[in-house]
Amino acid sequence: MSIILDHVSHIYEKDTEMAAFALRDVCLTIPDGQFIGLIGHTGSGKSTLVQHLNGLLVPTGGCIYFNGQDIHQEGYDKKELRSRVGLVFQYPEHQLFEVDVFSDVCFGPRNLGLSEKETQLRAFEALRQVGFPEEYFYQSPFDLSGGQKRRVAIAGVLAMKPEVLILDEPTAGLDPKGRDEILDQIAGLQKETGITVILVSHSMEDIARYVDRIIVMNRGSVLFDDSPKEVFRHGRELEEVGLAVPQVTYILRELKERGMAVRTDATTLEEAEREILQALGRG
Amino acid sequence: MGIIQASKLVFEYIRRDEEGNAEGITRAVDEVDLDVKQGEFVAILGHNGSGKSTLAKHINAILYPTEGVIRVDGMDTREEAHVWEIRQKAGMVFQNPDNQIIGQVVEEDVGFGPENMGIPTKEIWERVEESLKAVGMYEFRKHSPNKLSGGQKQRVSIAGVIAMHPRCIILDEPTAMLDPNGRREVIRAVRALNQVENVTILLITHYMEEVIYADRVIVMDRGKAVMQGTPREIFSQVDKLKELRLDVPQVTMLAHALKKKGVPLPDGILSAQELAKALGY
Repeated sequence: MSIILDHVSHIYEKDTEMAAFALRDVCLTIPDGQFIGLIGHTGSGKSTLVQHLNGLLVPTGGCIYFNGQDIHQEGYDKKELRSRVGLVFQYPEHQLFEVDVFSDVCFGPRNLGLSEKETQLRAFEALRQVGFPEEYFYQSPFDLSGGQKRRVAIAGVLAMKPEVLILDEPTAGLDPKGRDEILDQIAGLQKETGITVILVSHSMEDIARYVDRIIVMNRGSVLFDDSPKEVFRHGRELEEVGLAVPQVTYILRELKERGMAVRTDATTLEEAEREILQALGRG
Repeated sequence: MGIIQASKLVFEYIRRDEEGNAEGITRAVDEVDLDVKQGEFVAILGHNGSGKSTLAKHINAILYPTEGVIRVDGMDTREEAHVWEIRQKAGMVFQNPDNQIIGQVVEEDVGFGPENMGIPTKEIWERVEESLKAVGMYEFRKHSPNKLSGGQKQRVSIAGVIAMHPRCIILDEPTAMLDPNGRREVIRAVRALNQVENVTILLITHYMEEVIYADRVIVMDRGKAVMQGTPREIFSQVDKLKELRLDVPQVTMLAHALKKKGVPLPDGILSAQELAKALGY
């Protein structure tokens, strides 16, 4: 069970003067159960890439396989694919439309043709998974805070029981607490259910803290595909493509440059703290 | 006299249910006093729903106070005759550039503001050029905004405001949608405007690292300005900020964690250099 991208390319406005490569010969394997971070500067092809994973965009070259089957072969059930590869867009709260939270989350599973009972069970479970308080289930989604609206939107996708959950910048615009709460919830859900999560983010700190694999996109190609520790060793290359390393990694480099005996490969606060304590002889 | 002055500013709105019946009154801004000097760089922090955007919208007369008064360059925002002058003096940049771009071509979009002000054509083009250069978008001047990424669009929106030569720019989470490089560029452009052109900056953000360059930080909670001080004074209070759903820069957090483990460090460390020095390097 996996997603395989085999030499996938995508050219926007092919055969016109405006033709531009959005993806260039991308080869990736996404096995079950990974927590993947997808990073890249704006316009690097991240959003184009994720829209290929659930068949919203058709590659202009190459093939995409989901659980061994070519998703663009004739007769392949795209609707089912989209329920199994759930995509939460940026600012998903703009897509809320129902009169109350619970109805909004029911929309997806009901559209799958599930029974009313199953639909409601799934909506209930999805809202629980994102930590949405029960007393607000029958409120209008438009009266909620930014963080709560976003939870509802994520629950709407979770209610389809996807095997792969793709989140395109789920914390943009949220306050720091709201950001941590949502990411903690997603990390917990990933552990609990074993689904694959692909997190698109511009925060190197969040990526370092949560994922076990990072895919770095640049100009439509995969630049790096490795563990956070390995990827963040390439500070200079990342900066050249508009990215960065986590702030703590910069801090350790500064300390080392000034003569402190620290390693510079820590990517999270906890690791950096341990590293400095050790260097101070307090570890 | 300050460029922005508010005293006992209150903004209330009536909450309505589905049928439009009044359910209650929400006080989004609650007796806020503000005095921002020309050329000052003020950052406003606060969790979602704390009232910071509502406060910001008073500064260029998008919202009007329910009680109290707010003056921009001495002009009361409630006096209709001043509205256009106020909006030209206090330009606003919002989070989502898609709602701010109207032109078919980047340079036309940036020229829209000055053209509306009746600036002579030759000067409009000069302003468009300098504004686009200030945000690093000059090479895209002939592009269609629709073809740009979110980050690029945002820099065009900022150029559009700069082209009006405002004395004050209010930026409401301008970097929320940008990649690390886009964030760096926008913040660099904002600081340059502040330091070189002496433009007053009001920056609303959830990125704590962007705040360390500010002269002053205001923290909002439930419509009130609950904390005020220099970045160092504010970020020295890690636990209080966490209670307010906020954060501190990672270096400040790291120093705070080390201090808790017994490493003798001062509060409110704001840079790697400061941390190194405090550790004796």
